[in-house]
Amino acid sequence: MSTDLSTLPPADPAARPAPDQPAPARPNRALRVARWQIYLPLGLYLLFTLVPFYWMLVFAVRPRGSTSLLPWPVSLENFETVWNGLGFGVFFANSLKVGVAALVSTTMIALAGGYALARYRFRGRTAFMVAMLCTQFIPGAMMLIPLFEVFRSLDLVNSLWSLVIAETVFQLPLSLILLSGFIRNVPVELEEAAWVDGCSRLRGFLVVVLPMLRPALVAVGSFAFIHSWNNFLFALMFVSEQEKYTIPVGLAFTLGEFSVDFGALAAGGVVAAVPVVLVFAIVQRYLVQGLSAGAVKG
Amino acid sequence: MAVGEVGTRPRERVRGRGSRTPYLLIAPAVLAMLAFLVYPMASVVYYSLQHYNISKPWENGFAGLDNFTRMLTADPLFWQSLGFTARWVLVEVSLQLVLGLALALIVNETFVGRAAARAMVFSPWAVSGVLTTGIWVLLYNPTTGLSRYLADLGLMDYGAAPLANPDTVFAAAVLAELWRGVPFFAILLLADLQSIPRDLYEAASVDGASRVRRFYHVTLPHLKDAIILSTLLRAVWEFNNVDLLYTLTGGGPAHQTTTLPLYVASTAVQSQEFGYGSALTTAGFLILTFFSVAYLRLSKFGART
Repeated sequence: MSTDLSTLPPADPAARPAPDQPAPARPNRALRVARWQIYLPLGLYLLFTLVPFYWMLVFAVRPRGSTSLLPWPVSLENFETVWNGLGFGVFFANSLKVGVAALVSTTMIALAGGYALARYRFRGRTAFMVAMLCTQFIPGAMMLIPLFEVFRSLDLVNSLWSLVIAETVFQLPLSLILLSGFIRNVPVELEEAAWVDGCSRLRGFLVVVLPMLRPALVAVGSFAFIHSWNNFLFALMFVSEQEKYTIPVGLAFTLGEFSVDFGALAAGGVVAAVPVVLVFAIVQRYLVQGLSAGAVKG
Repeated sequence: MAVGEVGTRPRERVRGRGSRTPYLLIAPAVLAMLAFLVYPMASVVYYSLQHYNISKPWENGFAGLDNFTRMLTADPLFWQSLGFTARWVLVEVSLQLVLGLALALIVNETFVGRAAARAMVFSPWAVSGVLTTGIWVLLYNPTTGLSRYLADLGLMDYGAAPLANPDTVFAAAVLAELWRGVPFFAILLLADLQSIPRDLYEAASVDGASRVRRFYHVTLPHLKDAIILSTLLRAVWEFNNVDLLYTLTGGGPAHQTTTLPLYVASTAVQSQEFGYGSALTTAGFLILTFFSVAYLRLSKFGART
C-alpha cells in the first residue's frame, strides 16, 4: 500500500494531467468515496471507541470529590492507592514476569517448529499442521478443570510457572503457523549461499533468516505478551496467594469490593492498560501487514 | 489467512528427507501440546464418568453416565446456559462482523489521518475482558456513568442502572463486548482487503458497476474465506469468553447471562464438582465440534466461487 496522494481532496483539477477526459471524469473518480462518507461514520465510531478510554482516564486522575469531566487538575492519589495500598505494584511485576516468560518460550518453540514446517518435508507434517489448527477450537475456559489437575500433580498450583505454561500452550499453534508462513517467504537461496560459505545450518539460520523475521517476531511476540498480560481465568484459578496475583485478577478484586472505589478502579485500569496499549501502538502496523503477508499465497 | 496453508506443499527444494532434524525441531511443540492440551482433554472425558468432588472425597467413584443424565434431565441451568450461549454468540459475532467489515472498508480508503485513525479504532482489541468490565462499569454506574451526566443536562432521568435491570443487562453486556470485539474483525478483514487487486475495481467500474455492485461482486467473494474463518474463530472465542461476563454481570441477574463455560467455571471454582463440571465440559466440546464442522461444510469453506 503506497500512500496514494492522488485521492486526497482535489486542490486544483488542472494541476493533474487528465488526458482525453472531460474535467470531472478523472481516472478513478468512480472509485472515489466522498469525504463525508468516510469522516462521518469514522467520527461516530471513534467516539464509541475513545469515550470509554477517556472516562477511565478522567476518573483515574481527578481528585476525590470532584465531579468534573475534564482531566485537570491531575491528582495522582488514586495511583498511589492502587500501586502501594492495593498491591498493584506487585501484581504489575508478576504480570510482567509471566508475560515476558510466555513471550520468550512461545517464540522460541514456535520458531523451531515453524522452521521445520517451512523448510522440511517429513512424514506427519500435514497431520501436525492439522492438529495445530484444531487446537484453535479448544476453549480455554473448558480446560480449567483438567489443567488444574495437571498442575496440581506437578505441584505448580500457586506458581507463576503454571501461567507461563498455560499461556505458551495456547499461544503456540497460531504463532507457529504464522512464523512458518514468514520463514517460507525468506528465499531459501539466501540460506544456501550461507552454507556454501561454510556456515552451519544453525548459523545460517541465525545470520540470514532471523534478521529478516524481525517484523514477524515483533508481531508474534507482542501477540503472546498481550494475551498473557490480559489472561484472567487461568490466573484466577491456578494462583490463589495474593502476592502472586496478576493485574487482571487484582483488577477483578477491586471490582468485586462491596462498595467499589471508582477512582481506584479507574487508576487500576490505567495501570492495566498502559503496557498493552503501548505495545499495541508500536506493533499495530505490523499486525495488518503481518497478517496479509503471512496469508497464503503459495 | 494462514489457515489455508493446510495441504500446500513447500515450494522449496526438499532437503533432509528422512533426517531426524525436523522431528527434533517440532518436538518441544508436540510435547507441550501432548502434556498440556491432549492429556487434559482426555482426562476431562475420564472425569466426566466419575463422581469427583474435591470437597466431598467420600462420594468419589465411577459414575457411569450419571453426570450426563443429570445434565440432560435434571439441570434446568444447563439448558438455560446453553440457550444464552447460543444467543450471545449469534448476536456478538454477527454485529461484530457487520461493524468490523464496515470499519475495515472505511479505513481501507485513503484519507488524511488514516494511520492515526487505524491505531485508535483498533486499540480496544488489546484490552482485556476484565479491563473492559472496569471501564464499562464506570460508564454504566448511575453515579459515575454517562447517564448521570446526561441527566445533569436534562437529557434523561437519573438512576439508570443498565447492569442491574433484567431488561437491559443483555444489551449492556453486548455493547461492552462489541467495543472490544469489533477491532478483531476490522484488523483481519483489512488485511484481506489489502490483497484485492485494484484493477478488479477499476475494471468493474469501467463496466458500469455501481459501488454496491462492486461490493457484492468483487469485495465479498474475495473476502469469503476470511469471513468464514474469522466468524468461526470468533464464535469459538465468544463461546469461550468468560472474563467479561464473569466480572461484568457474574452471570446474573438470576443466571440470565450465564454461558455454558461460565457455568462450568462456577461449578468448578465454587462448588468444586469436578466430575459434573467435566461432563458439562465434554458436552461443550461435542457441541462446539459439531457446529464448527457443520459450519465449514455448509459454508463451503475453501471452495472456489
